[in-house]
Amino acid sequence: MEQYKNGLVEFKNVYKSFDDKVILTDVSFRINKGKIIGLLGKNGMGKSTIIKLLNGLLTPTSGEILINDLAPGVESKKIISYLPERSYLDKSMNVNQILTFFSEFYENFNIDKARKILYDLNLSETDNLNKMSKGMLEKLQLVLVMSREADLYVLDEPLGGVDPATRDYILDTILTNFKDGASILISTHLISDIERILDDVIFIDHGKIILSKSADELRVEYNESIDEIFRRMFKC
Amino acid sequence: MNYNFDSERPIYLQIIEIIKNDITSGKYNLGDKIPSVRELAMTFKVNPNTIVKSLYFLELEGLIYTDRTNGKFITKDLELIKKYKENYLKQKVNSFLKDLKSMGYNKEEVIEILIKECN
Repeated sequence: MEQYKNGLVEFKNVYKSFDDKVILTDVSFRINKGKIIGLLGKNGMGKSTIIKLLNGLLTPTSGEILINDLAPGVESKKIISYLPERSYLDKSMNVNQILTFFSEFYENFNIDKARKILYDLNLSETDNLNKMSKGMLEKLQLVLVMSREADLYVLDEPLGGVDPATRDYILDTILTNFKDGASILISTHLISDIERILDDVIFIDHGKIILSKSADELRVEYNESIDEIFRRMFKC
Repeated sequence: MNYNFDSERPIYLQIIEIIKNDITSGKYNLGDKIPSVRELAMTFKVNPNTIVKSLYFLELEGLIYTDRTNGKFITKDLELIKKYKENYLKQKVNSFLKDLKSMGYNKEEVIEILIKECN
């Protein structure tokens, strides 16, 4: 397996402010190959800002971000498959047109895989996006993201708009379809739903990383689930 | 089948217990090939890394072995499985006796009831 000098992703002392509002303070972490990492924090604590920095949608005020030893840019976008918080799909298209669009846009988009997952999730290729419910659109978006043969999948709140009964299904879709050896970064506040699939967790609070550890080490140390540890640490 | 994991304990440990159970109960036979990491991850609905970790520890204990090109197999060592089953039984009985002792029952009472109930 190819080895990178640093991890797949490296955040080094990253600060981010908008005007004089400080959003992130001294954020450092590493994502190694093949790991599933949970970026956990309450709403408005900086999760999405970290994810946007990682995807090159924002630039850090200071500090360094490296993806495969390079700053975020064209090269990193090729290997990162990103599920943003909000939908960006053109609602005037149908599912089939979106599939064609994606396979023309991304070299690593696997259209056969996409068709298979769509089928598994009971989505029809002839459906028009403007007739689909919010939940269906979220599913479609996840299908598109997981159908890329990426090195890193970045999923910003993938369970946000899905009902609890569907969440397990979504998680299974993620687990079954990510490329062998790839890493996944999932941000969420729905910890109990996802903790079974996490290798490592990063707790973020008021723009700072307050804990970054292996999920199993935490369970052994506290004799509690990650969800319980989180609730206790962030009790209002 | 759906596995409900206890989220207060490492999941890899719970998977080790399930696989050990499958071995002692005979669901797996000696020398059986075990499914790939990917397949097991799907069965248990967990991260493939968790499975790798579970298999690593099972292999350390000698309950499974790797055939370099063909995958992982349940040990063919009957003695080892026997020993493991025996230890497991001892462990269970000891904790059961400890519980009863702490509640004030003596050995004779327990044995008497055990024999009666088993018949």
